[in-house]
Amino acid sequence: MRDAFPRGQTAIVGAATFGIGTAPGFNNFDLAAHASVKALAMAGLRPRDVDGLFVVVMDETLSTLNFAEYLGIQPRFTDNSRTGGSSFQIQASVAALMLAAGQCDVALIAYGSNQRSTAGKLISTSRPSPWGTPYRPMQPISSYAMAAARHMHQYGTTKEQLGEVAIAARKWAQLNPEATMREDLTLESYMAARMVCDPFSARDCCLVSDGAAAVVMMRADQAADHCKRPVYVLGAAAETTHREIASMPDLTVTGTVRAAQRAFAQAHVSPSDIDIVELYDAFTINTILFLEDMGFCAKGEGGQFVASGAIAPGGKLPVNTNGGGLSCVHPGMYGLFTIVEAAQQIMGICGARQQPDVQLAIAHGNGGELSSEAVLVLGSAATLSEA
Amino acid sequence: MGDPLHPEKDFAAHLAAGRFMLQRSRETGRYIFYPRVAEPGTGSTDLEWVEASGVGTVYSTTIIRQKPPTPSYNLALVDLAEGPRMMSRVEGVPPEQVRIGMRVSAKIIRENDVPLLVFEPS
Repeated sequence: MRDAFPRGQTAIVGAATFGIGTAPGFNNFDLAAHASVKALAMAGLRPRDVDGLFVVVMDETLSTLNFAEYLGIQPRFTDNSRTGGSSFQIQASVAALMLAAGQCDVALIAYGSNQRSTAGKLISTSRPSPWGTPYRPMQPISSYAMAAARHMHQYGTTKEQLGEVAIAARKWAQLNPEATMREDLTLESYMAARMVCDPFSARDCCLVSDGAAAVVMMRADQAADHCKRPVYVLGAAAETTHREIASMPDLTVTGTVRAAQRAFAQAHVSPSDIDIVELYDAFTINTILFLEDMGFCAKGEGGQFVASGAIAPGGKLPVNTNGGGLSCVHPGMYGLFTIVEAAQQIMGICGARQQPDVQLAIAHGNGGELSSEAVLVLGSAATLSEA
Repeated sequence: MGDPLHPEKDFAAHLAAGRFMLQRSRETGRYIFYPRVAEPGTGSTDLEWVEASGVGTVYSTTIIRQKPPTPSYNLALVDLAEGPRMMSRVEGVPPEQVRIGMRVSAKIIRENDVPLLVFEPS
C-alpha cells in the first residue's frame, strides 16, 4: 500500500483553548471564535489571513459556512469532517495535504461547544439505530462499557486498573489550573462510586463540559517566521472499522492499531521514541486500549501498564498531561484538545505540567463507538532531520 | 415477503409473524445481520431470507443502572450461531447473572407494542 504523507512539510504555529469547564452566554461559534483568535494571535495572524477553514460543531451541519461568515473570510478550502471526536486529527491530516499542495496557505482548525451550559448532557446528532435503540442502550457509555467488560474477560483487566487511569488523569489535572476536576481522587473513592453502566461508574466517564480549541497550521518554510518552536506534522493516519458497537470486529482491538502503524511509518519513528501521549480518554478503558493498540505495551497488558504508575506525573510515559477528557475538558468532542496539548508541550508553554525536553508527541482521536481512530505524530524542529 | 430490497421492513414483518430471519448470500453462503440490500464487501444482491437457529453466545454484557425502584436492565452483544453479532438483551435472569460466554436462545416478545427479539439462557 502506498501511504505517502508530506512528513515535516507543515507545522502547527498556534494552538489555544477557551472556555474550558463552563462558559455560559456563548454559542458554539462564539467559543470557537475565541479560541481561533487566540491561536492565530500566537502566530501573529488574524482571521483574514485564513484561507483553509476546518470546523465542525455539533449543532450545525453547514458549520464551515457559518464560521467563515462569522470570521469574515472567504476561504479557498473548507472541511467539515463528521467522524466524531477524531474529526480534528483527520482535518489536520487533510490540512497538511492541502497546505503541502499549495491549496491553502493558512489552515485554521476550530471547535467549540456550550453543551454543559445549554443541555447539561452529551448532545447527539446521530440517527437512532433501529437495531440498537429498542434495547435502550445508554449511548455512548454502554458501548465502551461492553468493550471494558470484554477486555476484563479476555485479559483479566481489573476495576482497580481502570481506576488507575482515572486517578492518573486527575493527578495531571491538578497541575493544570484550567482543568475542570481538580480535587483529589483516591482508589478508595473511585471504587466506592455508584455503578452507572457496569463496569463503569461516573468516575470512568468523561466530563460533560463546555470548551473550545483551535489550531493554526502553515507550511514549514513559513512556520519559523510565525512561531518560535513550530510543531511539525510528521505523520497522520486514520482508520474506520465500524459505526455501531455490534459491528465492531473485536471489542478489545481498535482501528488505532493500523492508524498508529501507518502514522509511525510516515514519521519514521517508533513508540519507544515518543516523549508524551495525548489520547482520547472518553472512558477509562480507552486509555488502556489505545496504549496497547499504539504499541506502548502488549495487547492485554494495558491494565498492568497503567497500574505501574507509568502514565501518571513522574511516570515513564506521560499520558494526557492536561488531565484528559476524564478530568480536564470534554465538550462533546475532545479530539482537538489532544492536538492543542501535544503542540503546547512541544512548544514548551504548559506551565506546571510542562514535561522536560518534549520532542515527539502523539495526538490521538477517537470517534463514534471506538469506530474512527486517528493518530498524529508531532515533532519539534530537532525531529525533522532524523528521516 | 422475501424481497431483499426492503431489509428493515421485511425483517420487521417476519418478526411480527413470529419468525427470526437472517439474510444469507447465495453467492458466498454468508449470513448477514443487520439486514441490507447488498452483502458487505462483495456487494452481492443475491440474498435470501432464511430462518435463524436462534442459538447464540453472549459476547459482551453490561447492566444499565436505574434509580430504584426502576429496575436496572441488561444490554448484551450476542454472537449468533450463524456468525453475525447483534445487540440485544438477555432476560429471564437478573442482569447481574448474565455472563460473557453464556449460551442463549432467541425469543420474540412484544414491547411498546412492537415485536422485539430478545434472548434467554439456554
